[in-house]
Amino acid sequence: MSEMRPDPDALLERVKLEEGRTARGKLKIFLGAAPGVGKTYAMLQEARRLSARETDVALGYIEPHVRPETAALILGLDIIPPKVVEYRGLQLRELDLDACLRRKPKVLLVDELAHSNPPGSRHPKRWQDVEELLAAGIDVFTTLNVQHIESLKDIVASITGVMVRETVPDSFLDGADQIELVDIAPDDLIERFRSGNVYVSEEAERAMENFFRKENLIALRELSLRRAAERVGVELEGYRKSRLERPVWPIGDHLLVCVGPSPFSSRLVRATRRMAAGLKAPWVAAYVETPRSARLSQAAREQLTENLRLAQELGGEVVTLGGEDVVTELIDFARKRNVTKIVVGKPLQPRWKELLQGSLVYELTRRSGEIDVYVISGDAERAGRREGRVLKARWRPISYAWALAAVAVSTALGFLMVPSFALANIVMVYLLGVVVVAAACGERGPSVLVSVLSVVAFDFFFVPPKFSFGVSDLEYVFTFMVMLASGLIISDLTLRLRRQAEWARQRERATAALYAMSRTLLGTHGVEEMLREAARQLSSVFDAKVAVLLPDEEGNLKAADVGELGYEVDERERAVADWAFRHGENAGLGTSTLPLAAAHYHILSASSGPAGVIGLEPSEASTLLDPERLHLLDTFTNQVGLAIERARLATRARAVEMEVDIERLRNSLLSAVSHDLRTPLASIMGSSSTLLEKGDVLPPETRRELEEAIYDEAERLNRLVGNLLDVTRIEGGALSLRREWSSVEEIVGVVLARLSRSLEDHPVKTSIPSDLPLVPVDPVLVEQVLFNLVDNAIRHTPAGAGIDVSAERRPGEVIVSVADSGGGISPGEEARVFEKFQRAKRGEPGGGVGLGLTISKGIVTAHGGRIWVENCPDGGAVFRFGLPIVGDPPPVPEEGGLAPSQALPAGQGGQDRT
Amino acid sequence: MVLVVEDDRQIRRFLRALLTAQGYRVVEADTGKAGLREATARVPDVIILDLGLPDMEGIDLLREVRQWSSIPVIVLSARGHERHKVEALDSGADDYLTKPFGASELCARLRVALRRSPDSRGGDGPFTVGDLKVDLAARRVTVGDREVHLTPIEYRLLAALVKHAGKVLTHGHLLAEVWGPGCAFENTYPRVYMSQLRRKIEKDPTRPRYLLTESGVGYRLAAE
Repeated sequence: MSEMRPDPDALLERVKLEEGRTARGKLKIFLGAAPGVGKTYAMLQEARRLSARETDVALGYIEPHVRPETAALILGLDIIPPKVVEYRGLQLRELDLDACLRRKPKVLLVDELAHSNPPGSRHPKRWQDVEELLAAGIDVFTTLNVQHIESLKDIVASITGVMVRETVPDSFLDGADQIELVDIAPDDLIERFRSGNVYVSEEAERAMENFFRKENLIALRELSLRRAAERVGVELEGYRKSRLERPVWPIGDHLLVCVGPSPFSSRLVRATRRMAAGLKAPWVAAYVETPRSARLSQAAREQLTENLRLAQELGGEVVTLGGEDVVTELIDFARKRNVTKIVVGKPLQPRWKELLQGSLVYELTRRSGEIDVYVISGDAERAGRREGRVLKARWRPISYAWALAAVAVSTALGFLMVPSFALANIVMVYLLGVVVVAAACGERGPSVLVSVLSVVAFDFFFVPPKFSFGVSDLEYVFTFMVMLASGLIISDLTLRLRRQAEWARQRERATAALYAMSRTLLGTHGVEEMLREAARQLSSVFDAKVAVLLPDEEGNLKAADVGELGYEVDERERAVADWAFRHGENAGLGTSTLPLAAAHYHILSASSGPAGVIGLEPSEASTLLDPERLHLLDTFTNQVGLAIERARLATRARAVEMEVDIERLRNSLLSAVSHDLRTPLASIMGSSSTLLEKGDVLPPETRRELEEAIYDEAERLNRLVGNLLDVTRIEGGALSLRREWSSVEEIVGVVLARLSRSLEDHPVKTSIPSDLPLVPVDPVLVEQVLFNLVDNAIRHTPAGAGIDVSAERRPGEVIVSVADSGGGISPGEEARVFEKFQRAKRGEPGGGVGLGLTISKGIVTAHGGRIWVENCPDGGAVFRFGLPIVGDPPPVPEEGGLAPSQALPAGQGGQDRT
Repeated sequence: MVLVVEDDRQIRRFLRALLTAQGYRVVEADTGKAGLREATARVPDVIILDLGLPDMEGIDLLREVRQWSSIPVIVLSARGHERHKVEALDSGADDYLTKPFGASELCARLRVALRRSPDSRGGDGPFTVGDLKVDLAARRVTVGDREVHLTPIEYRLLAALVKHAGKVLTHGHLLAEVWGPGCAFENTYPRVYMSQLRRKIEKDPTRPRYLLTESGVGYRLAAE
């Protein structure tokens, strides 16, 4: 029972550990305009200063440097050896993250924050490694070039002509505790470069010549100065805010940028971020999902996901809107959120398309009302080309057959109509055919076909000159155009309608799935059931195989069984799941941690921390990377997490309830026992004290009565104490049986002898067959059982009524029965009489505390037998118990001649002398 | 003269009262060592020994005494300690009493214990109790007017009980006496034969008058 109540010391330990764990390390970034300004040098200088002051400093990773002065600074500092990773035949030296975590220095130096790790590393980027180090409480110094800052990527590209691929998100930068700008005059830098004193990675060597031109360096320097200044401004304001203690409401701006599946959107996002930073305003990136966009190609989807993720990384809020019309949705959202400026890209499509389909920018500008619209220019030749084509509907040959059929039917009808109707009406018949086919098939192809064929048929069969393809009247060209147009419009409409319906259906499916899952989760009890349900839902909605990992009592994750919905969680996958669980972050496929894992691991969050991990191995990896789906997954897993927590709490509540019950039972035992112990004691003390004080004046009969009372009550007390001791032994499992081959007849004799006094008023009839076999039991204990039963019988039988004790042999056991002629047992109570503290409803004169039958049951059960009670047909109850016979008694040697020692076989079963 | 070796004062008090009333002289000792001293010094006629003494095991005292004397010893023990009783009896105790016990039981035991005389009962004429008459010399057993025919082993068993009439005999003792010393631990034999004896001698084998069972310890032939 003591495990239920948490140990306060243990709790304190845990709190302290948690506290220690959540104390984040401090990040100091040495920022420079270009390679070679001396960032690493500055960092190492700082490190040496700290080291001299007895701080625990270690080098996590330093780029191999050319400059001897820098190399000299490394001497004497503690180096954590880099990990050697094989990649594409190269031996790469990388930061050994685990070694650093193990070593846990106070300060760790990590060079080149923007570096990308080779595939197979825990995180794809070094800044993510640094994130983990910081979370572990290690302070980190690092270096960064301004061109590696995400939001500045485009500007740098336009300055230097070099598009950098490795970047660090601004949000990470903003989270740094200190940024130190390492600055050097451009001339000096060029000098350094010329004399070969600048470290440059091999791949960029050629580009570097171009890079180290004076105008570039000046621009970069300005950029880095500005960025550092921006940071200072933010710090200052933060400081001011905290001093003033009053929240400063931004009267200011709120930006919205519209994101789409084109790579141009990423420029927009970055530009918005810069604007927002400049205005010190929050910003939102919105994507509007329309029925049309529900059919995006794979590549387009991926690009969209990328763009949205970029927005998130850069510190913007990401929302997905849904609706018919992009502009309407955007403006509604903007109004709701008090957006002041909307950012869009310059239109890229050719003018004629714009005329046909309308321009987003134009619409937006017209309908935005008081909201400003910023139109950002893009790189026209790069964008647009990669935009995915809308998926075509599947080509179904049957639709074409329908088209042909329709034309045939129309023609036939036409022939029927020719005598009575004008030609114009026959056109109507064909038109009807076109409309029907377009509506039914909803595909362009068949619609076009039916239109063309209709016109041709009409022309051939009905337009003079008949049965030829000439057109005598130019009017019919007009008819043809109208037919074609109607066919196309209607088929287009149908298609659009279909798509809308499909899209609405999809959304509805997702919502329905969510609803279904929450309903079933609510209904199921027991964590097992719940998990299976959840797995089923997740598997169907996300089209993936599911693994559910829950922590056991020690906190280690164990995979729960989900049948064929599950996949094999091997060592590597388990490691990913463990990481996710321990850090409370999602990991695996589609995340920024260990993205090469086979599955996506999502935390099941509950109010007290992660309750487990769900792994999803999708049949198509890319379907999971969609932020919309991840969002849905989040919602699902939250539900499951909460449900699990609820189940756990319910179990805990039940356990607490049970504990309360046990306490209550214990209390009732104590009160029952104390009463039943005190009563005979009261009687004894009363009688004896009376004898002591008034003994001489009492008449002898009264004296005798009191003396007898003392004896009887003492006997009763003796029996009670014996019962209590027996019950304690039985309950505590301390009942040890000393089996011997015993005679039932003998035991009956002992019991009756013990009760001879009480049996004076009750005639006893015994029927024990003389050939009853010996039973392998503990004779003293079985005697106790029989004693309790007979004693019970005596107490429930009126004086003069008889008691029967009998025994009979059954296959494999001996059944002993004690029948009384008392009131019998109320039907339904047959099992309860054997429970503790059960007394007959009628008042018990001199009764025990109700343990006799319980003890009997305990003893019989310990022997492997059973005990029960039946009502006799003619009133009264009969208690029976069965003792199993296992094995054979040792054969008693035959009389006559044989010396006993020679006749002795080795002892067989049933005799255990403990 | 009775030596009472018992550490509990109240029990000593009531024993003293009872025994004195019966006409015995009483000597008390409250520890094992004191008991040993008294036994050696006074040489009582019977010793009442509590097995649950604080300073030494009652059984050790028993063995000590048995080394130089065959004074009758009655041991006192608590319920549930049958093994101790058997051990004591097998180490030389004559009888036992289970606490809590009453006056009549104690007196009965004492009488039996003191009755033992150096000459075996065999030469003193037939043994009678109630309707049962056992003539060891003539090897004849009768219950009332009915003669009872016993097998050799049954007879040997009955004879052993008669020799120590009124006293409890452990299974082990009976085994040794009837079947010989090589048959340790087969309590089945005495049990089976006791059953047979009971059926031949007792009016109602389930309510024996003469052949009494001492639960967990052994058997006793009623002496009165």
